Amino acid sequence: MTFNPVDLLVLMPELVLLGATLLILMLDLFVEQSSRALTHWLSLLALAITALLVCVGAPESGERMLAFNDMFIRDGVATILKVFILLTSALSLVYGRNYLRERKLLIGEIYLLILFATLGMMLLVSAGSLITVYLGLELLTLCSYALVALNRDSSVSSEAAIKYFVLGALASGLILYGMSMIYGATVSLDLATIHASIGNVAHPNLIAFGLVFLIAGIAFKLGAAPFHMWLPDVYQGAPTAITVFIGSAPKLAAFGMAWRLLDGALGPLSGQWTLMLAILAVLSLVVGNVLAIAQTNIKRMLAYSTISHMGFLLLGFVNGTSAGYAAALFYIISYTVTAAMAFGMIMVLARAGFEAEEIDDFRGLAQRSPWYAGMMAIAMFSLAGIPPLFGFFAKLLVLKAAIDAGYLWLAIVAIVFAIVGIFYYLRVVKVMYFDKADESALALPDDKPLRWVLSLNGLALVVLGVAWGPLFDWCLRSFI
Amino acid sequence: MFLNLPLLSTLIWLPMIGAIVVLAIGRNNDNAARWATLLFAVATFVVSIALYLGYDHTATGAATMQFIELHPWINALRANYALGADGISVALIGLTGFTSVLVIVGSWGPIQKKVSLYMAAMLALEGLLIGVFAATDALLFYVFFEAMLIPMFIIIGIWGGARRVYATLKFFIYTFVGSIFMLVGLIYLHLKTGEFSLAAFANAGLGPTEQAWLFFAFLIAFAIKVPMWPVHTWLPDAHVEAPTGGSVILAAIMLKVGGYGFLRFSLPITPDASQEYAWVVIAMSLIAVVYIGYVALVQDDMKKLIAYSSIAHMAFVTLGIFIALALVRDQNNLQAAQLGMQGAMVQMISHGFVSGAMFSCIGVLYDRMHTRAIRDYGGVANTMPWFATFFVLFAMANVGLPGTSGFVGEFMVILASFQANFWFAFVAAFTLIIGAAYTLWLVKRVIFGDVANEKVAKLHDINPREWIVLGAFAVGVLLIGLYPKPLTDLMDTSIQQIVGRLLLAKA
Repeated sequence: MTFNPVDLLVLMPELVLLGATLLILMLDLFVEQSSRALTHWLSLLALAITALLVCVGAPESGERMLAFNDMFIRDGVATILKVFILLTSALSLVYGRNYLRERKLLIGEIYLLILFATLGMMLLVSAGSLITVYLGLELLTLCSYALVALNRDSSVSSEAAIKYFVLGALASGLILYGMSMIYGATVSLDLATIHASIGNVAHPNLIAFGLVFLIAGIAFKLGAAPFHMWLPDVYQGAPTAITVFIGSAPKLAAFGMAWRLLDGALGPLSGQWTLMLAILAVLSLVVGNVLAIAQTNIKRMLAYSTISHMGFLLLGFVNGTSAGYAAALFYIISYTVTAAMAFGMIMVLARAGFEAEEIDDFRGLAQRSPWYAGMMAIAMFSLAGIPPLFGFFAKLLVLKAAIDAGYLWLAIVAIVFAIVGIFYYLRVVKVMYFDKADESALALPDDKPLRWVLSLNGLALVVLGVAWGPLFDWCLRSFI
Repeated sequence: MFLNLPLLSTLIWLPMIGAIVVLAIGRNNDNAARWATLLFAVATFVVSIALYLGYDHTATGAATMQFIELHPWINALRANYALGADGISVALIGLTGFTSVLVIVGSWGPIQKKVSLYMAAMLALEGLLIGVFAATDALLFYVFFEAMLIPMFIIIGIWGGARRVYATLKFFIYTFVGSIFMLVGLIYLHLKTGEFSLAAFANAGLGPTEQAWLFFAFLIAFAIKVPMWPVHTWLPDAHVEAPTGGSVILAAIMLKVGGYGFLRFSLPITPDASQEYAWVVIAMSLIAVVYIGYVALVQDDMKKLIAYSSIAHMAFVTLGIFIALALVRDQNNLQAAQLGMQGAMVQMISHGFVSGAMFSCIGVLYDRMHTRAIRDYGGVANTMPWFATFFVLFAMANVGLPGTSGFVGEFMVILASFQANFWFAFVAAFTLIIGAAYTLWLVKRVIFGDVANEKVAKLHDINPREWIVLGAFAVGVLLIGLYPKPLTDLMDTSIQQIVGRLLLAKA
């Protein structure tokens, strides 16, 4: 094991992000502005530069760059996931800024934690060995626990953070335990080596044992039922500016982890894990969609909707081919972009001392601001999967992947619960458009950057709905 | 001369662009919104006339899709932005353009809140409907088919009556349930053929079991859209709560999408299963004709009565289509099959005019009295003679009086049914009695008799704007009734094509 300086080039985006984060850490000590303009813009700049480096140094389609004895992989999947992780992280920073400032929560730590979490995600989606997977995962989740607990004075936040931490630690333990089994059977931590040797190991039962633990851990990180218990509480308890972050970028990273582990390491066992994932998918679809109907808190409702979307995501996985993974990747991108926007809208309505967390707080929004109401309606219709929006084509692709793999029954379960699902999305539209606004409703803030970014996000859902071909081609190319 | 222009794209996107323009300029200026909408709607209608004039009527020309536009859309799925029109599409697109103009004129006064949003929704809906009638790619069709739920959802939900939220949610979810099963069918066909074009689907070489499954997937989607008994229950609610303009579009055009879907999907893609299970649809249609007719008889809400009458009349469309299938299957009787199918199509167009006109009439009354209950009316003819004239004319068309458009289609379908089975025709002909009963009884209670109360006594007759709307509908009703030849000629060859394909499938 020798050190090769060329490896550092492969890691350049991560190193730059790390350097920038440390720089921001120091600079922030000297920033006294309450708006933290310097920290804010520097963080966005760091994310932008990292994204640029990810794209500029990206390997050719079908090629992969390896570093540090194959512990770190830079390939097409890593590139596309990193681009969208950086994008959604930046989105959460922009959406959350005013919200946090009004609550006097805009402290430098937020930026650092988000940047470190982003670094963890980048590491996770590039992992080439079980160790890197675990390192990336822990960097991400430890930052997330702290972010959720950010509002120390709120008992709801603290409760959510404790719950998240305890269950998250349990899940990490499961993953680690599963990894140790796999290692015990294959005597390797390297994902590619595991992939090669897994077919002829002495103890296949050991592998199956480890596989179950890994799947449980992955399902926990994705938020798929029955490992979803933490999700509604954390989404509701965390400050909305943090929910938007936790609800978007880490889902992309979890997808990356699931793909690296399931396909990269355990691909030959796909006959075993596809059925497990199919069962997880059914449970997620049922639990997510049915429980979302009963919610009056919109953050909780979106949390349950997340669970159901993870069910849809797994539809792409059960296919077990690159076309299926591409569909799942497309789905998760569509979901994160849309969810980020929906949480962003909650923050548009929120004010100091008023959280706008209830669905009824959206009442009559169409009268107060037709533009914002239209944007939220687009997000809801997209999540519900109505054409011609982004979400519809994502659903189309995963359904196709599932049917292609012979899981017609699963596709039919999925669409039945998609029908259940449109009810609660339509309810938000109904509240905005058909109900009268309260007299007491406050005027909406005139936050220009937020308005612009949110509008771009909304229009992206329409544009990508009509012309989603290039993005899907990119997804397909990544898996070559 | 028109063939060089992408007419179908113009027809789809002109109103859609219009919707954005209207939203942009009409925010604080209701009249600007109204005039701009009218401008776009009239322009679209003019283009649809150009489409009719540019249509190649010769036997060779009409045997294929015309005005074809083909651009790659999603390469990974081989889905195309593919448009094309045959005689049936041209007729339905013309109906859409015509009705949309009248709906916008009709909504001029009654819609006073959020005018620009209403007008934009109407234009968007028009564009999407034309898209449905012009798409020859299944994915594109599905996108238009589903997307039109959004504007209709908003139209009923914002401008509707007291129970509008219930009605619009029911409408949306009901329709969504149907179409999503079709989506699974389309994905299956896509996996089978590798593309999304309807022509490829028709040549997929499906086995009997596959066809049966797909047939029922399509049947759910289109039966809900038509709607057929027993999945019709969303329609009365949606109609009663919708604003007049929404009701007119819903009855005159959106319901036709169901009938059109049977022709474009069920018949060409699953011809054997369609013949095999034609009896299911025929039975459902006959039940609708009789049972829904009786249901209409007992309504005390005018709009609900017309809504049920719509279901009964649309049953003739499905009856005509599937009688034709039964005729081909059992007797090889192409001529009668053609007659049934032709009757179904004429009934679609005619019902577009008649139901649109009836709902407009009820809108006229509702704007003045703010009630739809039949018992609040009586003797309207005394105070509104012109209105009464129009109303009676449309009522006669609804009954199917010779000389009006309602007669032509129903008569053709009943004739074709006779050749298939005497009892089919016997039951179908009940409509002549029941339809007359509920329609004429409605006329008697609302229009004739003594002036019922002071409110009716104070009614004033229709204004010029309403005159234009009802007059235009009346012209359409009489024109098809007296001289249906241009319409039947337009659709004749296209129907021959569809019937001919059935024969091929059988062989």
